[in-house]
Amino acid sequence: MKVPFSWLKEFVDIDITAAQLEEKLFGCGFEVEELIDTGRDISGVVVGKVVACEAIPDTHLHVCQVDVAGEKPLQICCGADNVRVGGVYPVALQGATVYETAADHETVLGVATIKKGKMRGYASEGMLCSGTELGLNEDLYPGAGYCGLLELPEDAPLGADVKPLVGLDETVFDISITSNRADCQSILGIAREVAACLGKPLKMPASDYTQTDVTYPGLDITVEAPDLCPRYLGHWVRNITPGVSPAWMRRHLALCGLRSISNIVDITNYVMLEIGQPMHAFDMDTLESHRIIVRRAAQDETITTLDGKAFRLNPQNLVICDGHKPVALAGIMGGLNSEITDDTRQLLFESAKFTRDNIRRTARSLGQNTDASAHYEKGISEYTCELGMARALHLIQELGCGEITSSEFDCSAGAPREGKRFTATVSGINRILGIQVPADTVVDILRRLDFRVERDGDTLDVTAPRWREDIEIGEPDLAEEVIREYGYEHIVPTFLKDAAVTNGGLTAEQEQVDRLKRVLCAQGFYEISTLAFYADADLDALRLPEDAPERNTIRIMNPISANLTTMRSTLAPSLLKTVVENLKRGNSAGRLFEYGNIYVPKARPVTQLPWEIPHLGFALFGDGEDFFTAKGAVEALGAAFHVKFDYDRAAVSWLHPGVSASIRVGDRTVGVFGKLANEIVPTLDLPKDSKGGGSIYLGEINYAALSWLFPEALRYKPISEFPDVDRDLSLVVDESVTCGQLIETIRGKRKAVRSVELFDVYRGKQVGEGKKSMSFKIVFAPSDKALEPKELDHFIKGILYDLKAKLNAEIR
Amino acid sequence: MESKIKDMRAQVAEAIDRVGSKEELDAFWQQFLSKKGRVQELMKSLGGVAPEERPAMGKLINEFKAQVTAAYEEAAARIAQAELVRRNASEQIDITLPAKTREEGALHPITLTKNQMISVFAGMGFEIFEGPEIEDDDHNFTRLNVAKNHPARDMQDTFYITEDILLRTQTSPGQIRVMDIQKPPIKVLVPGRVFRSDSDATHSPQFHQMEGLVVDRHITLCDLQGMLDEFVKKLFGEDAKTRLRPSYFPFTEPSVEVDVSCFECGGHGCGLCKGTGWIEILGGGIVHRKVLENCGIDPHEYSGLAFGIGIERVAMLKYGINNIGLFYENDLRFLRQFKD
Repeated sequence: MKVPFSWLKEFVDIDITAAQLEEKLFGCGFEVEELIDTGRDISGVVVGKVVACEAIPDTHLHVCQVDVAGEKPLQICCGADNVRVGGVYPVALQGATVYETAADHETVLGVATIKKGKMRGYASEGMLCSGTELGLNEDLYPGAGYCGLLELPEDAPLGADVKPLVGLDETVFDISITSNRADCQSILGIAREVAACLGKPLKMPASDYTQTDVTYPGLDITVEAPDLCPRYLGHWVRNITPGVSPAWMRRHLALCGLRSISNIVDITNYVMLEIGQPMHAFDMDTLESHRIIVRRAAQDETITTLDGKAFRLNPQNLVICDGHKPVALAGIMGGLNSEITDDTRQLLFESAKFTRDNIRRTARSLGQNTDASAHYEKGISEYTCELGMARALHLIQELGCGEITSSEFDCSAGAPREGKRFTATVSGINRILGIQVPADTVVDILRRLDFRVERDGDTLDVTAPRWREDIEIGEPDLAEEVIREYGYEHIVPTFLKDAAVTNGGLTAEQEQVDRLKRVLCAQGFYEISTLAFYADADLDALRLPEDAPERNTIRIMNPISANLTTMRSTLAPSLLKTVVENLKRGNSAGRLFEYGNIYVPKARPVTQLPWEIPHLGFALFGDGEDFFTAKGAVEALGAAFHVKFDYDRAAVSWLHPGVSASIRVGDRTVGVFGKLANEIVPTLDLPKDSKGGGSIYLGEINYAALSWLFPEALRYKPISEFPDVDRDLSLVVDESVTCGQLIETIRGKRKAVRSVELFDVYRGKQVGEGKKSMSFKIVFAPSDKALEPKELDHFIKGILYDLKAKLNAEIR
Repeated sequence: MESKIKDMRAQVAEAIDRVGSKEELDAFWQQFLSKKGRVQELMKSLGGVAPEERPAMGKLINEFKAQVTAAYEEAAARIAQAELVRRNASEQIDITLPAKTREEGALHPITLTKNQMISVFAGMGFEIFEGPEIEDDDHNFTRLNVAKNHPARDMQDTFYITEDILLRTQTSPGQIRVMDIQKPPIKVLVPGRVFRSDSDATHSPQFHQMEGLVVDRHITLCDLQGMLDEFVKKLFGEDAKTRLRPSYFPFTEPSVEVDVSCFECGGHGCGLCKGTGWIEILGGGIVHRKVLENCGIDPHEYSGLAFGIGIERVAMLKYGINNIGLFYENDLRFLRQFKD
């Protein structure tokens, strides 16, 4: 919020600099985002008087001698039509900075530095300036709107810096206000805080006025929706004389970024900035039946607001109506049909409180956000409504632009006209803070902040100011008020001195996840973090059929973009995207993993929180990666957690049907991995020369399911005192027989077989067409005695018998 | 015989000197020491010596054989040594060729930062709780004292699944979930993913927060600062300290914004801290009494402190990352820099 220093000073005697005040405000909870110096771009401009002026023949230019109280007058060429001998103007000296304007003399192009020059052969030692060139306009300084030289007062001291003279020495605070402090959304609100923290009295803006006895027979105001409009004040003002506002008012508005329109409109804006109360003025002669009704809009009722935009409304929207039609969109903008014009002769002022959530919803749903709606969204107190109306009427009287009648209305839903009252204790406040703020200081601070406080020993009887709707009834609120004025630097850090000792750290499950990540890092994987939502198109890209479980998704009602509409049901799409992005950026190989939740609805429609199931997704890409390097990583994972994986051919839409596997533990399938499906590779948005698409391997494991299968705890098994014995077997089988089948058959139910490892595969003449030879090393583990050769022979015999019977395998 | 031995000794001496390779060594052995070699011949010729001289002669021959064998072995050792030198030379490699190793991966910087933060607070006795990422209105807002009409509920900020179910906008609902199942003393951290419908250089629609909650008897604002002082020291160095300033959160009262002294310039003012010497790092405060009441904890008996830290924010500060989007691009050239 913009707060001009000079306006603030009307309410508080401030005897510190803007920078010092910034620091004070920061300390009590108001961060100044920017200190704006209005004349920051202007330098080296002084007051000068034209003492001689001659036209340069055949041009519109004049060559002038300008007295700037120097040794001798400066010669300056000037093209403005209002230059004259005796005129006093701003003079930009050599090296001065001013705004450079376009040919229209209005559009500011940037900041220019003035240099000595020559025009049409005449030396020019500076520049006579217009208001625009100094960054002024008609509102900021009367006369500055003229498209020629800025006329300064005749008695302005020659050679003096022009900035203080034209108000370019102003500082504007841009303050960010936390959402609980709606009462500070105004110059007055900030002034109250400044007065409190400087310990100075607050000078209230004048709000007195005299009303005539005139009343308007039949004028009536009714609030039909008190739930949305708890307070509505109206006042009839007649004999309006529309006109221009005084310079001080225009300047204040301009410093806050508002343009002056007319005295009446300016008064409403002025009160909004100064008091924080959005005001509205209706042209009385446009109000049919001389009635105001505050009600919910009818379905499909329409209104055209002041800015010419038409809206179709519904009963969620609050409207101000006359006897027949809406004349304003409550709290947002007035209607075009009741606008104040130069012909307005009588008006009805509105100062109201509308509930903030309703205004916010209407403003959002209609896309119509205004200064007024911004104020209402933050919250307006009824105190502000009352003060706003009184101040507006005072300004009507001060500007002499209307007659204040006795036709006034006050519709109230009946909220008390008192601040919240409650008891608290000094010791209670200090218990929250952890320090001992003296009782007198506590009382003094609260009183400075306009709380009424009666102290009886430790007990405080407190009444909060009416405008402090953020104050709830309790010591914590007061503790906050006290410490922000007393100063946070008084807090003495203590390290949980009264708290019980607790035993912290990760749970076993949390540690296991950490370990999972470390195991993958050791396997060369980099952890990635992707968004938890994507689009249905991402599932299409994986060629997932309509009835795939991954299609059972949770949708976001208000997505931020069409690409982020659906909570993810699989990690594969974001992994694949990350691989593709890396390939595009020239990262030709890598290993990636992500550990994160997928989201599955418990039922449809979604009425309860969904399942959140932690999954592990992984990807390997680039030269050197193949199915078996991926399998190696999976095996390493199994080994790290003492789970044995078995593999079956997988059938998922996004993996190559011949180069993919599902991962099984016992009879539970916990995941899949394999080569990216051939059908998907050409659809990837890869550069033409990229070969990367051909070697992408992806996998996804349901970590929740897998972690259930982790053995509960490690147990030591006694080591046999007898050595292991191994035997090699070379087997000839049909091509169709898999390594897995052979190993499974060799193992059978033989407990003595510790491990079976393939060490050679041979295809060729010696084994015949359609056949292959596979050689295995079988390790037998003894139990309680050494393995006898006879026993071994017995095992081998049994194994060979099984191999022949089940797989037609012959020993080679 | 003696002269024969003498002659042969001279020949042996000459021959052994000429031996320079394995082949010549073998030839020497064939010539003198094999079964058909000349030393053996001498042995055989012993038969023609008179019986009474035989023992003396035999001894002589044996001594000679031992000398020849010794000479042979010495030559063999010499040749083996030469061979080894040659072999070592031929096997020499360029030790500056690249090492054979598999690149090790790394944790994501968010995880890395999260783990560091957890480790600091775990040492202070904090447990770690992870709540659901999809939350209900009740936990995310209502019971945290965010009234129905509070701006924080705005559709602009919150992703909704249904009227009542939403993507959590903060880790604070974790406070409620913990207090529902645990009674004081409570010291808990709630790290996790949160969502806001916001996206630019400093905002991502998804980011990570770490909520902290302590509920016990006599918890004060002094405790909050004391604890956070310890935290920033561990994370940013022994000289780091904190500064509290007033702020507003619906679920704490008083509420504070916490700044850490700039670890880049030590508080003198620099680009990182925009000349102020301080960097905004987290928000916190004394747990609002209504929040305690909402969880069945008597605010007259217990009080609490709570804080919320943006994990990306800390990671950005720690590592000097200037765009939050980098965390979610997952470019390997970015990820490779965070090996810990």
